[in-house]
Amino acid sequence: MAVKESSERDPLLEEALGHSGPIVVFDKVHLAFDEKVILRDVSFTLQTGHTKIFLGASGAGKSTILRLMLGLLKPDAGEIFVNGERVDNMSEDALMAVRADLGMVFQEGALFDSLTVRENVGYKLFEELHWPLDRANARVEEVLGFIGLGEFIDRMPSELSGGQRRRVAIARAMAAKPRILLYDEPTTGLDPITALTVDEEIIKLRDLEGVSSILVTHQLRDAFFVAENTARRDGQKVVFERAEGRKADEAEFIMLKDGRIGFEGNASELREIAARDPYIHAFLS
Amino acid sequence: MIKNVLRGLVMPPFYFRDIVEQFEAIGVGSLTVVLLTGMFTGMVLALQSGFTLDQFGARSMVGRLVSASMVKELGPVLTGLMVAGRVGSGIAAELGSMTVTDQIAALRALGTDPIRKLVLPRILAGVVMVPLLTVISGGVGMVGGWIVTVTQLKVASSVYWNAVVQGLFIQDVWMGLIKPFFLGFAIVSIGCHVGMRTTGGTQGVGRATTNAVVASSVAVIAVDFLVTKILIVLMY
Repeated sequence: MAVKESSERDPLLEEALGHSGPIVVFDKVHLAFDEKVILRDVSFTLQTGHTKIFLGASGAGKSTILRLMLGLLKPDAGEIFVNGERVDNMSEDALMAVRADLGMVFQEGALFDSLTVRENVGYKLFEELHWPLDRANARVEEVLGFIGLGEFIDRMPSELSGGQRRRVAIARAMAAKPRILLYDEPTTGLDPITALTVDEEIIKLRDLEGVSSILVTHQLRDAFFVAENTARRDGQKVVFERAEGRKADEAEFIMLKDGRIGFEGNASELREIAARDPYIHAFLS
Repeated sequence: MIKNVLRGLVMPPFYFRDIVEQFEAIGVGSLTVVLLTGMFTGMVLALQSGFTLDQFGARSMVGRLVSASMVKELGPVLTGLMVAGRVGSGIAAELGSMTVTDQIAALRALGTDPIRKLVLPRILAGVVMVPLLTVISGGVGMVGGWIVTVTQLKVASSVYWNAVVQGLFIQDVWMGLIKPFFLGFAIVSIGCHVGMRTTGGTQGVGRATTNAVVASSVAVIAVDFLVTKILIVLMY
């Protein structure tokens, strides 16, 4: 597909691409696997420092959106921009540069099971960015300290619990300081206490490190916790409190249904519409 | 995949540590099985051919038969089959597990091209180490043949080694060295290809492993025939 000239683009898309800083734009993205249509004309924009939370039934195309963003999949139609770069028609080599600013937390963690926690977390620093060893090790220790797993640095992934693996995956995704983090069902299969720890890491990264986040989940409790809470430093401690006003609007929900966006709005709007929309009501209840 | 492998050969980044690791895993790791196979094949070859040649009063020719068979055919093919069983299956299982657990996707997300990081080192190790293993297999095969010839067939050592040298022509040696390059490439690229295309969870990994062993074993025999035919036309 030929790249559209600037004058041919939708004014809204043009405006979205005009902003500086990390941003993700999906413009009328369509994707089908054989006969099954996964995404139909999906459009949305992620602003710097904001959070998008994708909800939807299993197979609704939530994880597919993250893979499209990373260029792991190519759409059949539509345009995808990450940090102003169009990624949907990019070569694998060119995508490597775009991926430098993206961190992805895969379902189940996808840790490299032949590497230690240190090597997993520092993978990009050691292998791709070729940081000096002492600087890379210091960063690995810093991020593992951030997620509270400093003492597990020399363990193998097989020696960790499910929640610890998920948190190490978050540490790996954030180690190279990407400005956009993508979470693919980071709390699925975890007990509520561990899931809450993972949610807090997501909030901390967003509010203390200024990372823009896209969260795919069907765990409503976690989705609302991430959307409705904020983190701030209070001396050495990190305090979590309820997000109010403009901060509360920075986390938006997108509900996918039959490949389309069925709803887009903040947490309170989602609760309001649930009263009128039977599908969303059923989903939320 | 082959196009990307060739590109990875000449353009950075290069993952030297992975290349060394794969040389060790594929080459050194396969040494025991190749040594045993080569040794016993040489021994049984001497035993069988000794009794057959006896009927013509040509027991002293055992060395010729062992060396020609081991260097031209049995060395490359048996080493290829052993490596297909050990390495082809291992690669398919490892890469297959990495694919179904999203580790390959994670590699790409972290900015690493899995072809350069995983496939290229394995293919390099395959094309370098399978010929080396074949030479070793042929060597120990001849030693095995010597043990049986001297102890069982009661032929003098010097007679055996003389026959070994007489049985070999330079074209045979070239054939024995060239064929394993192609066999190594076929085994490892099939293992990588099947592994990277694995779907269907752990069951899929099992299926991929079986498919890789079957396909690479058949490929060893088929590639051996094709390359032999081409080399005969070119060299003899």
